Amino acid sequence: MTERGRKALLLAPAGIWLLVMLALPLLVVFVFSFGERGAAGGYVPAFTLEQYANLPARWTAFKNTLILAPLGTIAALVIAYPLAYFLAVRCSPKWRTSLLILVIVPFWTSILIRSYAWIFILGGRGLPALLESIGIDDVRLINTPFAVLVGIVYGYLPLMVFPIFVSLDKLDKRLLEASADLGSTPWRTFRQVTLPLSVPGIATGCMLVFILLMGEFLIPAILGGGKVFFVGNALVDLFLQSRNWAYGSAVAMTLVVVMLVTVSIYMKFIARLGGQREDVSLM
Amino acid sequence: MSVTMQTIAELRGVTKTFGNVVAAKDLNLSIGKGEFLSFLGPSGCGKTTALRMLAGFEKPTEGQVLLDGEVVNDLDAHHRPVNMVFQHYALFPHLSVFDNIAYGLRQQRPRVDKQTIATKVEQALETVRLGGFGPRRIWEMSGGQQQRVALARAIVNEPKLLLLDEPMAALDRKLRKEMQFELQNLQRQLGITFVLVTHDQEEALSMSDRICVMEGGSIVQVGSPRELYDMPRSRYVAGFVGTSNFFDATVTDSAADQITVRLASGQKVHGTPEIPIDAGQEVCVSIRPEQITLTRALPTAEIALPVTIQNRIFLGEHTEYLARNEALGDFHVLVPRQAELNEGTFNAGEQAFVSWGEGALLILEK
Repeated sequence: MTERGRKALLLAPAGIWLLVMLALPLLVVFVFSFGERGAAGGYVPAFTLEQYANLPARWTAFKNTLILAPLGTIAALVIAYPLAYFLAVRCSPKWRTSLLILVIVPFWTSILIRSYAWIFILGGRGLPALLESIGIDDVRLINTPFAVLVGIVYGYLPLMVFPIFVSLDKLDKRLLEASADLGSTPWRTFRQVTLPLSVPGIATGCMLVFILLMGEFLIPAILGGGKVFFVGNALVDLFLQSRNWAYGSAVAMTLVVVMLVTVSIYMKFIARLGGQREDVSLM
Repeated sequence: MSVTMQTIAELRGVTKTFGNVVAAKDLNLSIGKGEFLSFLGPSGCGKTTALRMLAGFEKPTEGQVLLDGEVVNDLDAHHRPVNMVFQHYALFPHLSVFDNIAYGLRQQRPRVDKQTIATKVEQALETVRLGGFGPRRIWEMSGGQQQRVALARAIVNEPKLLLLDEPMAALDRKLRKEMQFELQNLQRQLGITFVLVTHDQEEALSMSDRICVMEGGSIVQVGSPRELYDMPRSRYVAGFVGTSNFFDATVTDSAADQITVRLASGQKVHGTPEIPIDAGQEVCVSIRPEQITLTRALPTAEIALPVTIQNRIFLGEHTEYLARNEALGDFHVLVPRQAELNEGTFNAGEQAFVSWGEGALLILEK
């Protein structure tokens, strides 16, 4: 077999998969987005820009997604970085494995169940009741953007911790000694060596969490109680409840475009931060 | 080290233990200003621990480390006027060559102004013959070039001590030779005190003013390369500095300035050991391969032993012979080209005699 033939054979399964599961559905959605809603729901072929003209009606969903997805990513990063740093640099190897497993343990249960647990914690008889007992009244947590943010950080933390852990674990500890040897204090060594060299891990973690958050619908549905909804919730509503497939397709296409734009801006930014190093890979 | 030489660093009764492991045992050593000192020994002999205590990466369990007359036991690495060239260079991969070299200057407080940094970095680059390489990325540099960057990164800070931890271990043989000459030149040119750690005797012999031979965490002998070669104190030092033939012997007579030992072959030989040795003690005698003469006729020397030639290796300016004596065993003999031309080449199986001149035989501690 020729070299080319072998390459083609290796790529075939993934290629077919992408074609059937990604390219074709995307094409269908693209075509649907120019159609009309049937009388009993579903889709009627047409060519109209009406669905796109109607997009502003769903502006709140886009706004919520575009605010809470980056905010959730940043919050997860802020919490995950010290944890990953501790695990990779400071923790004794004896404890490291057990602690790493603890980070994964939540994944053993469905996110649905875990998010329901937060309904209780943030609900009237949970944290607010506790706060009331120390004299802080009228705190409402559940069904607020804050509740959604808590759910997001909780649900996606491991996805942020692991890439950062890996990049810090790979970090040559002799570089830290070299930095100290050249007169750098521990804090400056962190800023000038550790942090820049963990940029690939930060970039990967943020990318993973951000992309998944852009399509999130479960956490806002459970912890936002219909008051804080994402584009994902709008899609569930349009496709499954009001059965307006054409409009749903237009919203979905818009989300794809928004995602492509934000992610490519983000990648440009990261590439600059990493100083065009050849070993910076985003995934 | 001459008596007048000023001491820049000192180890006083320094011991370092890691748990139950004693990595360094009661080290006493003073390092003179501007000298090139090497710690020589196999891995695990404590040489790297000694270096790391000078750098400030390890704290001595007992004893004192002094820099410029001050005890620095509790001074962290980043406060010590000492810089290190790491074994695998430990260059910062996210910084350019320029930024790597400028790193130390940029840590100084009060801050060094940009112009001064740029000038000093350029100078350091010139010194290691990498002028113009400043904007390059570390991964664009070859192993030898990375080694020079590591060197420049250390010397640009004008440290009181430059520590080199097996700096040439990762270079190929030819490059290593080149680097040895360069390091030596650099040290003379800059006048900085160099402390090198190596397991390579050739490296230590060719570059150092003094060598500190270590074994099992202790210093066994300190001296100039010539002293160590000509007057090793023990079999270990003789074996580590150059190669030698070793034979067991028993002391039969011990006087103040001369002792007599009996070889396993029955001959009695005399010598002046470096250390006091009592009669009856088991010792070891050493004869360097190049000090042995190989002849066909029985020589007139005090002692001549009959041997059978086993093997011959042509080395260019020398030929190395392996010759076996019935009682003592194998002798390695290095015959210079001229002597071989006079005497003719010996073939395997041929009978010959080995002999040596006065003073060639050393009596050593076992």
